[in-house]
Amino acid sequence: MQEAQTLSGGFADPPRDAAHAFRGVMEAMARPGTLHSLQGARPPAPLSAAAGAVILTLCDSETPLHLAGPADCAAVRAWVAFHTGAPPSGPADCVFALGTWAALAPLSAYPVGTPDYPDRSATLIVECDVLRQDGARLTGPGIRDSARLSLPDRQAFADNAALFPRGLDFLFTCGDRIAALPRSTKVT
Amino acid sequence: MTDDTYNFAYLDEQTKRMIRRAILKGLAIPGYQVPFASREMPMPYGWGTGGVQVSAAVMTPEDRFKVIDQGADDTTNAVSIRSFFQRTAGVATTTTTAEATVIQTRHRIPEAPLTEGQILVYQVPIPEPLRFLEPRESETRKMHSLEEYGLMHVKLYEDISRHGHIATSYAYPVKVEGRYVMDPSPIPKFDNPKLSDCPAIQLFGAGREQRIYALPPYTRVVSLDFEDHPFEPSKADHPCGLCGAEDSYLDEVIVDDAGGRIFVCSDTDHCEGRQAAGHRGKDAA
Repeated sequence: MQEAQTLSGGFADPPRDAAHAFRGVMEAMARPGTLHSLQGARPPAPLSAAAGAVILTLCDSETPLHLAGPADCAAVRAWVAFHTGAPPSGPADCVFALGTWAALAPLSAYPVGTPDYPDRSATLIVECDVLRQDGARLTGPGIRDSARLSLPDRQAFADNAALFPRGLDFLFTCGDRIAALPRSTKVT
Repeated sequence: MTDDTYNFAYLDEQTKRMIRRAILKGLAIPGYQVPFASREMPMPYGWGTGGVQVSAAVMTPEDRFKVIDQGADDTTNAVSIRSFFQRTAGVATTTTTAEATVIQTRHRIPEAPLTEGQILVYQVPIPEPLRFLEPRESETRKMHSLEEYGLMHVKLYEDISRHGHIATSYAYPVKVEGRYVMDPSPIPKFDNPKLSDCPAIQLFGAGREQRIYALPPYTRVVSLDFEDHPFEPSKADHPCGLCGAEDSYLDEVIVDDAGGRIFVCSDTDHCEGRQAAGHRGKDAA
């Protein structure tokens, strides 16, 4: 049973499914506050379908992945290992981190890049119970006037934006939906 | 005709993941050049290998793909890149700007305004705007990190002292969201204003130099200038000889051995669209 769950749930047609999923992730990152749907992944609990699709689309043996809290279970570890080969890691040297907002804390544990190489920073995949276009006000690149997104915190994201061009980037997943908050977005 | 012996969109999946991660970081840090492990492509460097890799990483089977080279859909480079993706990705192609969802471009931004559903992919030869002023990568990287862009203004000032005006006419440097100075690729400075506040996603790929950078939609992009020498987009001071357009960027074309020349729109789709709508220039047959 465990093994069947580990081996299943990947993309049925990896090149095309990953292409569709990436377009969703890219549109989300390029237009902070917009919601997009990611299809094709059936990861084991407690991962959402969207988080699973992100993992399948972006993670491989070159990207250490930090699983935080309930996401760090045997079923998820085995699924990630089989489908992506992403090495497990702690928060300090991860490229991606996955978990609920509470499990991922504190943000100071993750690499934010260097002034020379601000791209060498972690991307956090935050599993959310709700994901709606209301709440915190977002402005910045990718947003015409302003957008709203139900963020789990405000101060933490404002502090992160203050680090620009260094900083963390966030993907919020809930069911099959995804939204993103890059470091360039100002949160009020 | 789709060639099923290739993976979708030619590149292997691990390469696409690597490029996709670079694109996301590029979008998160507008104007910053993200290093990526550029691959050998079945075309020489300088023919758009960076643009092709970025296009391959963002393309979905439902996309409608357009390629322009200096504004033209019918040049060798544009035709072969279009057929490359027709063959390896099975995507539909078009020459009409408004119909395209992914547009790969060499050295122009289409005249027709871009929309939210579109992605513009630039082919970039030298991504580093400071490279001709400071050849060392270690130094230019430090200059970007310290936001030390005085040298670029010195260069523009030297233009003024030598020519009386800023003589840089293409690859005109811009500042993105008040932070990074960026090379917009060798587009004419006529196109610079279109970079800013654009509804489409703009991605830049430099294959030989192994850099990807990006402008999210509605990003503020300012061409560098001086208060007493403001930036001026310029073009040949003629109407198009074929369609009569007065507001499009023009190519000068030599038409005989006696020095005869005409000025025509560099954007072939724009020009053909206008001619189909009945507009005629003085040189139209």
